[in-house]
Amino acid sequence: MEMPRIDATIVARKPAIVAALQEVLPPDAVIYDDIEVRAYECDALTAYRCPPLAAVLPRTTAEVSAVLRICHKMGVPVVPRGAGTSLAGGALPTGDCVILGVAKMNEVLETDYANRFIRVQSGRTNLSVTGAVESDGFFYAPDPSSQLACAIAGNIAMNSGGAHCLKYGVTTNNLLGVTLVQMDGTVLEIGGAHLDPAGLDLLGVICGSEGQLGVVTEATLRILPKPEGARPVLMGFDSNEVAGECVSDIIKAGILPVAIEFMDRPCIEATEAFAKAGYPMCEALLIVEVEGSKAEIDEQLALIIEIAKRHNPVELREAADEDQAKRIWLGRKSAFGAMGQINDYMCLDGTIPVSSLPYVLRRIGEMSKEYGLDVANVFHAGDGNMHPLILFDANKPGDLELCEAFGADVLKLCVEVGGCLTGEHGVGIEKRDLMKVQFAPEDMEAQLWVKDVFDPKWLLNPAKVFPLDVTASRRAG
Amino acid sequence: MKPANEIELSEVIRGANGPLRIVGGGTRAIGPLNAGEVLETGALSGISLYEPGALTIVAGAGTPLSEVEAELAKGGQRLPFEVPDLRGLLGRDGASTIGGVVSANAAGPRRIQAGACRDSLIGVRFVDGVGTIMKNGGRVMKNVTGYDLVKLLAGARGTLGVLTEVAFKVLPRPEVEATLTLDGLDPTAAVTAMAQALGSPFEVTGAAYLDGQVCLRIEGMAGSVAYRSAALVKLLGAGWDVADAAHSAKLWSEIRDMTPFVGKPGAVWRISVKPSDMPQVLATLNEAQTLCDWGGGLIWARVPDVNDAQAVTLRACLAALGGHATLVRASDSVYATTPAFHPEPAGLAALSASLRAKFDPRGILNPVGMG
Repeated sequence: MEMPRIDATIVARKPAIVAALQEVLPPDAVIYDDIEVRAYECDALTAYRCPPLAAVLPRTTAEVSAVLRICHKMGVPVVPRGAGTSLAGGALPTGDCVILGVAKMNEVLETDYANRFIRVQSGRTNLSVTGAVESDGFFYAPDPSSQLACAIAGNIAMNSGGAHCLKYGVTTNNLLGVTLVQMDGTVLEIGGAHLDPAGLDLLGVICGSEGQLGVVTEATLRILPKPEGARPVLMGFDSNEVAGECVSDIIKAGILPVAIEFMDRPCIEATEAFAKAGYPMCEALLIVEVEGSKAEIDEQLALIIEIAKRHNPVELREAADEDQAKRIWLGRKSAFGAMGQINDYMCLDGTIPVSSLPYVLRRIGEMSKEYGLDVANVFHAGDGNMHPLILFDANKPGDLELCEAFGADVLKLCVEVGGCLTGEHGVGIEKRDLMKVQFAPEDMEAQLWVKDVFDPKWLLNPAKVFPLDVTASRRAG
Repeated sequence: MKPANEIELSEVIRGANGPLRIVGGGTRAIGPLNAGEVLETGALSGISLYEPGALTIVAGAGTPLSEVEAELAKGGQRLPFEVPDLRGLLGRDGASTIGGVVSANAAGPRRIQAGACRDSLIGVRFVDGVGTIMKNGGRVMKNVTGYDLVKLLAGARGTLGVLTEVAFKVLPRPEVEATLTLDGLDPTAAVTAMAQALGSPFEVTGAAYLDGQVCLRIEGMAGSVAYRSAALVKLLGAGWDVADAAHSAKLWSEIRDMTPFVGKPGAVWRISVKPSDMPQVLATLNEAQTLCDWGGGLIWARVPDVNDAQAVTLRACLAALGGHATLVRASDSVYATTPAFHPEPAGLAALSASLRAKFDPRGILNPVGMG
């Protein structure tokens, strides 16, 4: 993975940089020892590691502003970091950068049920946002599977999704406002407890900008009343096509489930061996979940089951109680763990038009044979987001590279059929070099203009998202 | 000028000698009309993709809104954000285009539950101010590849580029609807009742307050609507009437299209606030007829069309509370001294100006269009 050449003049100035940071932060908030900085050398894309020059852990917006002002003045790149759970290498340092971690900023600032919002510091974990409001009957909807650990700051940077997003949208649909600190230290308040911007939707472009436009220190998030209940139904089919058609018919019937999860045979088999959830051994499995009161759930499920029966499922399993519901979900929720127990794996994140699923699965199967690497597929069938899990052996020389080449081919296929490179993980470094597959030069140029405006010196997370040759002249300053 | 396709549009923009006034149906532009050469988008029309099973529709920006809505209705679906028809309010004729809807980020009562236009929008094609054809997003709803210019283009009122194609994630049309109403509430009681309803698990899709009456809408499957209406009545307490589907639909189309203001004189404000601030904002306005939507978060106010239409007091009030006020209708003399769009704080205004300079370096796209 190519990264920009380290600026030796910055490294040479490390003592002066550290001293300047120590003037605006308490001692324990500046990490610069060679061993200690290694704690920040990677995120959840662990194949790539590089210790930063230093790491800082500010506690307030004012401290973040002071840090950025110093780095701006001294020409030091800054890589923001939430909880470091990115699967795309979004928080990967370079050896000449300062990691700015928001983990110490995790307070709830304001909870307002009458106006249905919560304001939090951005280092707060996703699940603990719901945690702050659930005893009052509310929740924060975007729920990536890393939600126990991931930070709101990272969710905003990547525009994270989650299993609930078919019904409730992704982060950008649930974000009402931010406090953003620009690279020169300017603090901006964007949005708030009112709806819609007065002018341009700057909040909309900040969300998903992967820490390249500013550091979000506070966020106003929409909270929703918890539904009265939810219940899943499990369906097994003897072909991917039929499973896909069943999903399409459910949608066309006017039902909006809260989640529709698909697993293919390799995934079902690996998961069953691991979790023993009692899944049918079939070609394709769907879990469809609906929400509401008991009566409403019954009404929706009756229609879903009637539709499913028209497609001759090999298995149709309702949950009679809470325990059975948990068992239906058990396999799906263990899927990644099950694959991880077999081998190392790479999790892809492309999106495809839902109608392309059978074709894409067939092509992935063909590529699997060509590359000699096994694949299992998890798919958010309602929104088209695929998670192919490619198994490889990290100890075998060349296997990682082979796996990456296979992954790149899958993502190119996603774009080819009218989808995109990444549905929820973000570009980071992982898909940076595939951006030209999805975007023409002028499409990328328009995105670069936005960064030119927010961060003219190109110091914030400069090596991410866009291919290095495309950003070279801007990063050179 | 009415280019037949995207390439011709690109040539027109490239060859432009002065400001351009971008016109779809001409139904949603607000503020003083800019004097530019008219550039019509009506020929960029046609639905290129509609997959009900994938909740996806893609259409040329010049496609009439009515055509998009009719096609979706055939599939049992709709644009979730409930597009207002403000021709009566603004005194326009012409037919709204889907590109105009996106450019204005137009959304009606259901915005509080289903999101705004920009929340359903998943892809755009557009031509920038020097004629470069560009695209962002696509036709899939989960897409975090690169920056989200889809959101940036929505509501930009043509000032960043001329839309040529838009793609939406749509939603099913519900089987039935019903509306709960209660009369005789003051603004504070109204906001409290609406907050209670919107904070319940019964999924209210419209919460409005006009002439002392609060209206709460429920939509969905028949059994579900019956259950939720009853549950909401039980939660809110005595006195609520339940209007059936026909009455409900009529009521909300009038709220959506601002029918109570149509045919009446005066300047019209569209104010966005934190819902619980609604009573305070109403109290600052003099001689105002008001209609409050989005649980109180959207206030329409019709005031005497004189002086600054109370802009100074209103915008000062909002500077303290948070929110913004757009002067959607006023006489030329009022507009001569009062900006239609809410002045932004310096930092945001600078960013917006810089973005416009990037996308439209000659400043020719709808130059009085915003800000």
